Amino acid sequence: MNEFIFFFNKVIISGATLGSVYALGAVGVTLIFGILRFAHFAHGDLMTMGAFISFMLVGVFQSLGIQTPLPTGFVVLPFAMAITAGISLGIDKGFYEPLRAKGVKTVTLLIASIGVTLMLQGLIRLFAGTATRSFFENETKDLFRFKIPIEGIKRSINISEPQILVIVTTVITVLILHFFLTRSRIGKGMRAMADNPSLAQVSGINTASVVRATWIIAGSLAAMAGTMLALDVILKPDLAFNIVLPIFAAAVVGGLGHSYGAIAGGFLIGFAETMSVFNWSIMFRGFDNLPDWFPNDLSLVPTEYKLTVAFIILVVVLLVRPQGIFKGASS
Amino acid sequence: MSLLDVKDVHGGYGGAPILNGVNMSIEREDIGVIVGPNGAGKSTTLKAIFGLLEVTGGSITLDGHEVANQLPDKLVPLGLSFVPQEFNVFTEMSVNENLEMGAYIRQDDFSDTLDYVYEMFPPLKDKRRQKAGELSGGQRQMVAMGRALMSQPKLLLLDEPSAGLSPRYMMEIFETVVNVNKSGVGILMVEQNARQALEFASKGFVLAGGKNRFTGTGRQLLDDPEVAQSFLGG
Repeated sequence: MNEFIFFFNKVIISGATLGSVYALGAVGVTLIFGILRFAHFAHGDLMTMGAFISFMLVGVFQSLGIQTPLPTGFVVLPFAMAITAGISLGIDKGFYEPLRAKGVKTVTLLIASIGVTLMLQGLIRLFAGTATRSFFENETKDLFRFKIPIEGIKRSINISEPQILVIVTTVITVLILHFFLTRSRIGKGMRAMADNPSLAQVSGINTASVVRATWIIAGSLAAMAGTMLALDVILKPDLAFNIVLPIFAAAVVGGLGHSYGAIAGGFLIGFAETMSVFNWSIMFRGFDNLPDWFPNDLSLVPTEYKLTVAFIILVVVLLVRPQGIFKGASS
Repeated sequence: MSLLDVKDVHGGYGGAPILNGVNMSIEREDIGVIVGPNGAGKSTTLKAIFGLLEVTGGSITLDGHEVANQLPDKLVPLGLSFVPQEFNVFTEMSVNENLEMGAYIRQDDFSDTLDYVYEMFPPLKDKRRQKAGELSGGQRQMVAMGRALMSQPKLLLLDEPSAGLSPRYMMEIFETVVNVNKSGVGILMVEQNARQALEFASKGFVLAGGKNRFTGTGRQLLDDPEVAQSFLGG
């Protein structure tokens, strides 16, 4: 039983945390792809930007002496989301919209977004330096230990406050997003435009306002994902650039342009990563009479190669079911 | 002043001009049918009216407003609706959501119009929660027309509504077109099945080479031996 709790801590809780961050990022990528038909490469750095904005706001809050029961990095999230949404709108107005107005191919937009990536990375380093920072320099990161009231179980289920916040916030966000996309006028307009852009235009849907709504949502979700990731791990300038690959893999696996697919893909890749770095040989320690040759390490890949898991899943999905688990707008 | 006046319209997709002087006028009571050989500029005329390609000469007025080169999100509020020939439903959305998208520009309560559309297309009523992409060709065409009617247009532009449909569905769609017209919506449609369509057309336009060759009532065109021989297959 102790081994199962170890498994739960290492695979289920970590996987759900990682999956939440991937899902929030992938939804943004997939929404932008559905509406504007290009892979927004700068999405990772938008997440990092959001995290740094949260970090600065935490500094402002603390200098004002505002005490909060939850981590300050979480409390400032709504403000950081609003600012990042504004930055996303500005990026679109400044870089992508003029290109769209010229009627360029979508690959040009992709290249432009690589330029935006470099620009955002430069800006972050210019204002915040290259140092690694923690949201918990002036406050404590609470760790909850849940004892299982069964005889003989020594291990406890461990979950940190940021992990609880990530998972709970993601679940709530996904529900809100679902109601937004299925109930609200602009949300349905977004689905219509992802489904059939020319018919959306013919129906008189104001496509410019749909594009704005897309950037606002994608930008605020990016800030949320980035801040959550930095709360859970650490804040650094290449925080989310490193996870652009799994995020895109999640979006593609779920079917590009398909929001629910992106969420499913995010969790799929999150759990796949934690499962493949988990040392499965631990699960056998309870058994007596294990032969001598039984290996001590049964993990599929070493931790430092975690990123390859997303890549392998991506390749397999593209080979077997290129339209993604859910049928996407790209098919 | 007619509901729609198309006067000497020239235009194309930026290359060689496709329209070289198209003239049409449609009243609210009218069913106008555009026929002609392939490449005559029939669909292009509808697209020019709906602002989907550049009009380089002539004028298009709707209810007295000059509308040439206006974008669809300006035209729909003026009372113009367009049903493209292909890809004319949102396949991943339910029938009901497709219809709601047709009413996107409306801020008022459109449940009356929704009832009217379901009355016009009874088979859709049972399928309102089903994805439009799962419907048969004929039912998709109904969804497409229903979507276009949701904005309460004065004039409905239909691009080959019977394309790819069986003769039975074709007659059903034509009947609906007549019913929609009776409920007070002007119709201008392009049709391959020229004979059947001209039977109920109050105005017929034969296009060739991007301009009018013959204009008259549907009956006149059907009875004209030259039109019959050159354009209606003898």
